[in-house]
Amino acid sequence: MEPLLDFSVISDNFTYFMIGRFPHGPLGGVGLTLYLAVVSCILSFFGGLLLALLSISRFSIVRYPALAFINLVRGMPLLMVIFWMYFLMPALLGKVAENTTVIMALTLFTSAYMSRIVIAGIEGIPKGQTEAAVSTGLTSWQVMLYIILPQGLRNMIPSFVNQFVSLIKDTSLAFIVGVSELTHVATQINNRTMAFPTEIFIFIAVVYFILCYAFTTLSRWLEGRLTWSKAM
Amino acid sequence: MITFSGVHKWFKSLHVLNDINLHVLPGEVLVVCGPSGSGKSTLIRTVNQLEPISSGTLIVDGKDLADKNTDINKLRAEVGFVFQQFNLYPHLSVISNITLAPIKIRSTPKAEAEEQAMQLLTRVGLAEKRDAYPLQLSGGQQQRVAIARALAMKPRIMLFDEPTSALDPEMIGEVLAVMKDLALTGMTMVVVTHEMGFAREVAHRVAFMAEGIILEEATPEEFFLRPQHPRAQQFLRQLLTPMQM
Ligand SMILES: Nc1ncnc2c1ncn2[C@@H]1O[C@H](COP(=O)(O)OP(=O)(O)O)[C@@H](O)[C@H]1O
Ligand SMILES: [Mg+2]
Repeated sequence: MEPLLDFSVISDNFTYFMIGRFPHGPLGGVGLTLYLAVVSCILSFFGGLLLALLSISRFSIVRYPALAFINLVRGMPLLMVIFWMYFLMPALLGKVAENTTVIMALTLFTSAYMSRIVIAGIEGIPKGQTEAAVSTGLTSWQVMLYIILPQGLRNMIPSFVNQFVSLIKDTSLAFIVGVSELTHVATQINNRTMAFPTEIFIFIAVVYFILCYAFTTLSRWLEGRLTWSKAM
Repeated sequence: MITFSGVHKWFKSLHVLNDINLHVLPGEVLVVCGPSGSGKSTLIRTVNQLEPISSGTLIVDGKDLADKNTDINKLRAEVGFVFQQFNLYPHLSVISNITLAPIKIRSTPKAEAEEQAMQLLTRVGLAEKRDAYPLQLSGGQQQRVAIARALAMKPRIMLFDEPTSALDPEMIGEVLAVMKDLALTGMTMVVVTHEMGFAREVAHRVAFMAEGIILEEATPEEFFLRPQHPRAQQFLRQLLTPMQM
């Protein structure tokens, strides 16, 4: 009698699940998932920072477009942003690699959420800090750069890690435009072997869970280590 | 040095400063006292424009604060402010708290700024704390660092908003001693405080405020021995009774 589940399909294709055809071909699987998440995370950190600073600017000419952009993106499904980029980018820039398209979409999308984190972090710094700094004659930019952001960013680290965890899960949507991250690799192998969908999708669920759980744990640990700056 | 003429301040419909007329001379130490909520903090916060005034004229160090040509950042650098809650930068060491503004605004070379900061720290009795972080210090020590930080810009005016109110009683003396030394150097000072011993000993003049109005302005002797206004008499009775002065 056949066993209920046969995980040999996983062990037979384990390397392919993990890194795709790398190093002889392009990176794929878990490796590409992490690559997409890490690169998008770094880019959207800067995107979020920029959007946050623009959206609290004194000048309404930059503040309103930034706020409009943030709210617009936050009101869109990520899948739509990915499609949008997928069809828009080639029209604007000619041929663009799928990975780049997906990174752009994830960055655009996540920047809007990151900006909310940054704004909350900035607003979380007691008013007395700004008052003390401007009282010594520092300009509002100097106050932001030397007093608010160094303290605020430290407090934001746990939220950034949570955002990164969301990104790991969000990368799975890239399969729809043919980027060979973990979910795409799974559907590929499923289509090829036909017989083991349960095993394959249980396996990738566990992989996503392990990745996210590891980073969530890291975030909790960081939260514990970083509480000092909230004591004041 | 500081001149208020007919200054009013509203927070929405709340009339917080009502026709303030006040003149502080160079080298003078003015103590402002009065019941809580009477507008004392608002009054001194207008001097470096932490609160803008609603109407009237306010001239600080010869500059009209309402004048568009007044560089407010430059003016603030000339006016030191010490807060009730210290407001030291928790992510910076004591020495960096003090040198930040001179380095960034006056472009003072780091070595020179640190040398000056060490002189100030010595003056407030905290030279050995140069590399400590604010949260490692007691309240009294933090406030003395805050005074050193304000002095690092070589201000011509120093403002104090209840500098000892957040301190444990045993730490009040050390902060008042630093302020007294400062007064003896001829610094122009406006001090909001309920420390009547300090007012008697150091102030040249005392202003008594209630409900946004300066009800009485007098020398410390006159104010403490013969307060004119009933509100001032009542205020002093309440302040002095529990302490048996
Ligand atoms: N930023 C503000 N917005 C609205 N009301 C304020 C603000 N700051 C102070 N007030 C009000 O103004 C009054 C005077 O406050 P304050 O100047 O702090 O008094 P004091 O320092 O004498 O206790 C109080 O009624 C206070 O609630
Ligand atoms: Mg007050």
